[in-house]
Amino acid sequence: MAVKNQVLSGAKARARTAEPGKGIQWGKVIRYTAVVFVVLVSLGPLYWTVVTSVKSGIELNLSPPTLFPHSFSFENYANDLSLSTFTRDLLNSAIIATITTILALTVGILCAYAIARTKFRGKSIVLGITLSVTMIPLIALVGPLFVIFTGPLPVYNTYTALIIPDLATSLPITVWFMTSFFRDLPPDLEEAARVDGATRMRALWEIIVPLTAPGVFAAAILSFIAVWNDFLFGLTLTIDEHAQPVTVGITRFNGEHTIPWGEIAAAAVIVTIPLVIVVLFLQKRIVSGLTAGAVKG
Amino acid sequence: MATQAVEVPIKRQSLRERFDLGSGFTPYFLVLPTVVVILAVAAYPILNSIWLSLLDNPLSPVANLVGLRNFAQLFGNSEFRSSIVTTFIFTIISVALETILGLGIAILINGTFPGRGLVRASILVPWAFPTVISAQIWYLMYNDRTGIVSYILQQIHLLAPGATLLESNGGIIAASIITDVWKTTPFMALLLLAGLQVIPNELYEAASVDGSTRFQQFWTITLPMLSGPLVIALLFRTLASLGVFDLLYVLGGNQVQSMASFSYNYMFTRSTFDFAPGVAAAIVLFVTGLVVSLLFVLLMRVTRR
Repeated sequence: MAVKNQVLSGAKARARTAEPGKGIQWGKVIRYTAVVFVVLVSLGPLYWTVVTSVKSGIELNLSPPTLFPHSFSFENYANDLSLSTFTRDLLNSAIIATITTILALTVGILCAYAIARTKFRGKSIVLGITLSVTMIPLIALVGPLFVIFTGPLPVYNTYTALIIPDLATSLPITVWFMTSFFRDLPPDLEEAARVDGATRMRALWEIIVPLTAPGVFAAAILSFIAVWNDFLFGLTLTIDEHAQPVTVGITRFNGEHTIPWGEIAAAAVIVTIPLVIVVLFLQKRIVSGLTAGAVKG
Repeated sequence: MATQAVEVPIKRQSLRERFDLGSGFTPYFLVLPTVVVILAVAAYPILNSIWLSLLDNPLSPVANLVGLRNFAQLFGNSEFRSSIVTTFIFTIISVALETILGLGIAILINGTFPGRGLVRASILVPWAFPTVISAQIWYLMYNDRTGIVSYILQQIHLLAPGATLLESNGGIIAASIITDVWKTTPFMALLLLAGLQVIPNELYEAASVDGSTRFQQFWTITLPMLSGPLVIALLFRTLASLGVFDLLYVLGGNQVQSMASFSYNYMFTRSTFDFAPGVAAAIVLFVTGLVVSLLFVLLMRVTRR
């Protein structure tokens, strides 16, 4: 609030000293109010999570809540990390997200390359099928998958049970994202390679892929985040820490008589902060990836 | 020998002409794995779920075909009907708010000013939060005694002292909408920002020369030029909102259900005889999404004209 007032009064002061009749200064006031508001609201819950995670038991129960912790304690983190189920859940999530991402990239890059750089009949059908998957409500997949995984294909409560449906979310992202990257490459590159006698496959792996390495990396991050964030599949297709992802593990913290807010907040920080850092580092690529296609059509 | 040698290439030529537009069969081999995976992980389960919804108890080894009984039971169920209402209220309000706020943020960071990078970076933070964790965090902040959001709402007299949004059904829906708006407005803003950035500046310059105000420029240049990305963003957000699950799983419990959480509760938290109606509910949601997509395709046709 102090920051907000400062910015506001600063803008108002400038508005007052400006020549009368210039509406632009009011524009500035509105703009900076909006900036402060957007930043506060966006980061507030993150701040609150971090603050809650370092509060001790007594302070957590204070009403009204303290905006800044009186004392810092890393007890909640220690408690979380000493829980073997929590560390196992983290490992599960990491393994599931990594394997799914590698599979989605391997398969998706081939498809995206064909869509972006070659001509063939049925291209729009392939793209259409891939995109329509993103529009399926995931709840419609879990019923049949549960029946299949507990019956004919007994993979319930294993990594496979999550990797299979997670491909339904990560593969379309990869294809969509990589198609736009391949499209942006100059067309003569692979032609030069082909003149030199390389096959199309070699041209793809030796020239196109290294050139799009940044794109591949960003696609991998987007896919990893999508899988890491999964909750529904983990909730329905696993039962315990043998394969359950950390998103599901955190909600199962709630089981006891009182809700362990401090530990939940610490777990949320552990699960979220790495993603936030990666996203901030790769901002530009992720934004261009998220918005790919929406503009180009 | 000579005639054979001529005939074979001709045959190949005709096959190639049907499929090949310059790249041979290679493209088909390249897209095949993706198509197979998608058919296996998405198309097959959807078709399979239609079959399951016609059985009395898919989890029993001796399941009987009961036709559309599960669907009839579903629409006779007031709990399901209210989940439809909840889902639509949630979708319409949250998508509307996200679009308006997203457009505002997009316009804000489309300009150049000190602090622009900070806004851009900070709106990515909610996006990076896993939805279920953002629901947990907001659940913590909605707590009647120790939650900061409840405290602020109590201080500005939107809530009675000691009250929380999570006390009433309407409050739970409002809390879910707030959380969803926080989490997904960035996505909307970034999509719309990408759309704004391809609008040529000359259009605005010409309009300024003609003496039109910024407000007029917004309606005559920005919105029409943005209609393509806007419709796509609206479609994605609407479909995602219709399928809302994580938020109401955490904030709604059994008290307020979306169509997806109703389906989950029937499939996984009740007797096995409720499994098939749960699957049927998911199919109703799927079909709802299809209808909405078709409406959007029609809308796109109209806006392109």
